[in-house]
Amino acid sequence: MQALLGISRGIDSVNTWVGKASIWFILASVLVSAGNALIRKLAPTMASNAWLELQWYLFGAAFMGAAAYTLLQNEHIRIDIFYGTRTRKTQHWIDLAGHVFFLLPFTLLMTWLLWPYAMQSYQSGQISTNAGGLLIWPARALLLAGFVMLAFQALSEIIKKVAIMRDLIEDPHPFQSAQDMALKEVEELATEVAANLGAKP
Amino acid sequence: MIEILAHNMAPIIFASLVIFLLIGYPVSFSLAANGLLFFVAGVWLAPYSNGEITLDWSLLGTMPQRLWGILSNETLLAIPFFTFMGIILERSGMAEDLLDTIGQLFGPIRGGLAFAVILVGALLAATTGVVAASVIAMGLISLPIMLRYGYDRRTATGVIAASGTLAQIIPPSLVLIVLADQLGVSVGDMYKGALYPGLVLTGMYLGYICMVAIFQPHRVPALPLEARTLGGGVTSLLVALGAGVAISYAAHKWSYESWGVNADVIGATIGTLALYLYALADRHLGLNLLSRLAQQVIMVLIPPLALIFLVLGTIFIGLATPTEGGAMGAVGAMIMAAAKGRFRLPVLQSALIATTRLSAFVMFVLIGARMFSLTFYGVNGHIWVEELLTAVPGGQYGFLLVVNLIIFILGFFIDFFEIAFVLVPLIAPAAETMGIDLIWLGVIIGVNLQTSFLTPPFGFALFYLRSVAAKVPYLDKVTGKKMDGIKTSDIYKGAIPFILIQTAMIFVVVLLPGLVMHYKVKVVDASTVTIEIPALQPLAPIGGAPTLGDPTLGEPVVNP
Repeated sequence: MQALLGISRGIDSVNTWVGKASIWFILASVLVSAGNALIRKLAPTMASNAWLELQWYLFGAAFMGAAAYTLLQNEHIRIDIFYGTRTRKTQHWIDLAGHVFFLLPFTLLMTWLLWPYAMQSYQSGQISTNAGGLLIWPARALLLAGFVMLAFQALSEIIKKVAIMRDLIEDPHPFQSAQDMALKEVEELATEVAANLGAKP
Repeated sequence: MIEILAHNMAPIIFASLVIFLLIGYPVSFSLAANGLLFFVAGVWLAPYSNGEITLDWSLLGTMPQRLWGILSNETLLAIPFFTFMGIILERSGMAEDLLDTIGQLFGPIRGGLAFAVILVGALLAATTGVVAASVIAMGLISLPIMLRYGYDRRTATGVIAASGTLAQIIPPSLVLIVLADQLGVSVGDMYKGALYPGLVLTGMYLGYICMVAIFQPHRVPALPLEARTLGGGVTSLLVALGAGVAISYAAHKWSYESWGVNADVIGATIGTLALYLYALADRHLGLNLLSRLAQQVIMVLIPPLALIFLVLGTIFIGLATPTEGGAMGAVGAMIMAAAKGRFRLPVLQSALIATTRLSAFVMFVLIGARMFSLTFYGVNGHIWVEELLTAVPGGQYGFLLVVNLIIFILGFFIDFFEIAFVLVPLIAPAAETMGIDLIWLGVIIGVNLQTSFLTPPFGFALFYLRSVAAKVPYLDKVTGKKMDGIKTSDIYKGAIPFILIQTAMIFVVVLLPGLVMHYKVKVVDASTVTIEIPALQPLAPIGGAPTLGDPTLGEPVVNP
């Protein structure tokens, strides 16, 4: 079990690093998109499809890169009217069953399907059909990488869940209802508002 | 037995989806798993179904292409852009400044604070589009003042919660983007369609407060003039506004020759800019020609208005796509926050983290929904739903009634993203068969979903307000009087008149489609067309030049 937990920690740290780095792709995407709009108006001859495509490549990198980390953080949205009223133990069973029967098969299948899909465009050097467009394989590789990371994260979550249920490690994400999460958000915002009010001359 | 299963796959899949989702495992993966499970079952049952099930293994190979479709969908980029913009704005303290200043301006009239809350709510809705931010700011800033001067608790809480939800229906709301994408219509058109209903709704809120102020004035008393710490000086404000309008008009006249219809925009921009620069100069050079109130109102109001123009204005006049509008708005928001000295690395980071998290879960709900729809369409589930919905008696109205009831009830339990990604694509074809305009349908659904934010006991606007309003008696800081806490039942009861207004609004939109349908008439003027010709060419498919329609430029062109 300790060896498995070691693997789980390894997966977690890689996915955490990638997930945290992914946030900057959002900023880059915002800047590229705003730049595109300005250039199209101010210097239309300089506008290019490569930049138009780059904005969604960047967004893709952000959400595919962060998907595994979002799972690690237990932030994928749930409907908790039933789940929220169960004991923590039942919730563990639901999560474990979900990881094994819902998440893992889907991510493995997508990985298996996306591998040839990405490889094929890499080997043929396929380029977007838009004039001056980008190479296609990096974007397909993003999809593949996202699902590979997610599959590994599923594995890590299963290991952790079993360990939690055997009382080997502590529960890193005790259940929070949608209300609890909103409450946390409210508190953050309220301190922000209070700080802004206090900062006023 | 097997035949019965094979012939009833669609209802079985749908029922088990409900169970899968209710178990409480993350929605995105439950959707995908449900799709996958019944894909396998469907392939196995296909031979027994007389061709009703069209699933086979090769169909699974289309999933990568479906994922690619999600990735390369430029419209969806508007989701992170507007979210990011909203979070940055909420950290910039804009809401606080607006509430404080506009509250002081309107305070001394009866119902004034409530009017201020509604107007600021609408203004925030047109920029941030985040319900939580508006409600929290109002609950912390306006609510204590309202209570201090004797506002009825229910009226005060109701108006705050309702004004916060305006963010859901006034463009650039996320709800409208997602609905437009799922209904397969343009986001720009959806914005145009939702604009008047959003404004009419704001007007109905104002009208309601106006009635209260006339018939039950004790519930919305006027503030004493001392409460206006910025001092008087409304005349000065009116003079300044008059001057602004005069400058705008002059600029319009002067630029009309060379700019044509766009002179409206140029005139307004120059007038506003002049006013803003003057207020700045007045403050920093100590000219003191303006009253402090006028100065403050101008300085607080103009940046958000400029941002609204930058985002919605450019989208409406066709200068930018909604995605680009969102990006420019986000850049504008960063500049505004920086100008106020509130744009620091931790702020940027936390905004990016929240945006990325939202993007990841929303996009994966969409991915899961695509896996589900692959199977569901493969067993002709969409035809089943369409037949069910079109069989509802009462034609278009019957259809709309049923659809709205379903969405309203679901809105109690599940997030609008799930409704939008799973249910809306199934409703859309049926609506088209019934001859219902999809933008119209989208706006109706939008108002409906907005209502779910206001409905006890799960409405999030009520919940946000509950968490910032005082629960226990407290001492008022200004008067030193002991004030009672706010009861949850006050908040719930306060929402009721506004829920009724919302319901009335749904009927208004249903009965007066013209409120929405004006989006169909697009005015193309000479100047925008000449700008767009070079811009369109690099995007044109090979061998097909973009058709610009009627060559007589300057005429209004109706795009079908």
